[in-house]
Amino acid sequence: MASITIRGVKKNYAKTQVVHGVDLDFASGEFVVILGPSGCGKSTLLRMIAGLEEISAGEIAIDGTVVNRLEPRERGCAMVFQNYALYPHMSVSQNIGYSLKVAGVPSAERQQRIQAVARTLELEHLLDRKPMALSGGQRQRVAMGRAMIREPKVFLFDEPLSNLDAKLRVQMRSEIRKLHRRLNATSVFVTHDQVEAMTLADRLVVMNGGRVEQVGTPGEIYTRPASRFVATFVGAPAMNILEGTVELDGLSLLGGSRRLAMARTGLPVGAKVAMGIRPEAVRLVAPGTAGALNATVDLVEELGAGRVIYVDLDGAPFSVMTSEAVHPEPGSQVGLKISPEDMHFFSSETGARLDVFKASVPEPAL
Amino acid sequence: MEKRVTFGKWTIGILFAVPQLLLIFTFFYWPAGQAVYWSLTLQQPWGGGNIWVGLDNFRSILSNADYWNSITASLVFAGISTGLAMFIALVLAALTDRQLAGSRLYRVVLIWPYGIAAPALAMAFRFILAPEAGFMAVVNRVWPGFWDPGLDGADAMASIIVAFSWKYVGYNFIFFLAAFQAIPRSLIEAAAMDGSGVIRRFWDVQFPLITPTIFFLLVINITESFQDSFGIVDIMTAGGPANATNLMVYKIYSDGFKGLDYSGAAAQSIILMLLIIVLTIFQFRFIERRVHYR
Repeated sequence: MASITIRGVKKNYAKTQVVHGVDLDFASGEFVVILGPSGCGKSTLLRMIAGLEEISAGEIAIDGTVVNRLEPRERGCAMVFQNYALYPHMSVSQNIGYSLKVAGVPSAERQQRIQAVARTLELEHLLDRKPMALSGGQRQRVAMGRAMIREPKVFLFDEPLSNLDAKLRVQMRSEIRKLHRRLNATSVFVTHDQVEAMTLADRLVVMNGGRVEQVGTPGEIYTRPASRFVATFVGAPAMNILEGTVELDGLSLLGGSRRLAMARTGLPVGAKVAMGIRPEAVRLVAPGTAGALNATVDLVEELGAGRVIYVDLDGAPFSVMTSEAVHPEPGSQVGLKISPEDMHFFSSETGARLDVFKASVPEPAL
Repeated sequence: MEKRVTFGKWTIGILFAVPQLLLIFTFFYWPAGQAVYWSLTLQQPWGGGNIWVGLDNFRSILSNADYWNSITASLVFAGISTGLAMFIALVLAALTDRQLAGSRLYRVVLIWPYGIAAPALAMAFRFILAPEAGFMAVVNRVWPGFWDPGLDGADAMASIIVAFSWKYVGYNFIFFLAAFQAIPRSLIEAAAMDGSGVIRRFWDVQFPLITPTIFFLLVINITESFQDSFGIVDIMTAGGPANATNLMVYKIYSDGFKGLDYSGAAAQSIILMLLIIVLTIFQFRFIERRVHYR
């Protein structure tokens, strides 16, 4: 168990900078998920913690010790790779026991520990097989076993589930979660899959373009996204964003073609904002209802438990998720009811969250 | 339905194979068959028919001490030059794999020696290793008489080994580098995370994974050292001094075309062919077991 402190960490490859100054603190025993689109620098950050990538600037400390200059083996981290990276010429038990062999652990003790790990991961009957003869899920478990056997202070996961099929992924997800509860080692898990991120994380770090957009519990990230990027990246279907201008008693949307009447928002009148509303927060009402927006139905996606209704709002795409038993026909008119308390506001210029009904509202440049 | 291209009549398939079969027959089976025939007969030096002598040619060769000396020299040459060429190439490739800056140039430059004809490179090495004017002249100045391939058989053997290895280092390097590059980066990283240092990683992960390449190069290098050494020997030492570098392939030439003993030379080439076949079978039987194919 160890805490991880990241201070002003940057990464350059030749002339391009891929990580622009990241500051993070991971508490001991915490399960942190770093979420972001591909190319956002999340894997690079993980590899810098592991020691596989040099740190261009800043500092990473594990348990208070700065590890910038330490070799991977001196950092006490274990890593599970995306493609598993099992040694193809070694059997499962040799794969799992390799780190102990390198460390010079006597053969008898090594076998004992391999057996113990294999039992935990239900790999006992596969110990003599080569990785070639294993299924994807089994390889994944061997990779986990190889990381576990060292009893590391820190577990690092680099998109370990992305090569599995959907069903196995769900199963492995809960296994990783259970394992973490048992071992209680600090874990950093990198993924681009938001469902994985939401379900696994104690704390979620959302990254974009080499910067940290937001750090918080999955609940916080969902209910109070700190930026327009986080708002649209987390949640499926993605949050609807409508560009608009703040008026004295409401909001003018889509270049003035639509209007939502609402009480004073606290935002300066005339400010250009992006209003966000989650598809699941929109209520469908009869067209023409007072205070509702009228829209034309484009497409209905049936999900079984509910349905996603894609509508056209003067050319702007907009989606509604409902579990009610409504089945509007494509081409028909519906009314969209949006409550002010479900709205999120972001600066049109910076994308930063604007907190309404609060004193500390940043003054957007006009 | 069958997705492959198939021929309605088997004759069409045969027709497509004919050009290749013709080439193999003309340039391999026919000469090899001729050699077998000659080796069992006594060929007149100026023409005029063959006399059937059975295995007499082989008996006379195998009872000749000169021939056994030639076999020993060939085996020494094959062993040392293959070992040297492969070891140097392996080290260079392992280092290049770690530090890839400028490796493109490296790769091109290192394949060039293989493209040089053996006699041309032998000529170059004859100058480089000349006892009175080359690199070794400096050593001879400090240590008079240390180096003289014209007089000392061991020096002569060392010269042809150096020349041959130089040619094959480049060839081996290309294959080794490709093999190293084919190992996924993440495997090396996983080993690093498992606490393995550079040298340990090499022996535990990289080396086992390039064993198919090592095996392939071993077969090629040994075979070539029996055959491709002719030009080097001919230009650098002409088999001397005192037969110290009279390798089997060179002895075939000198006995056959200088000594005009066609039948003896034919018998020698049959023995050389059998030796290469046996060595290759041996490698496949006993060394290939240690190879890890992925």
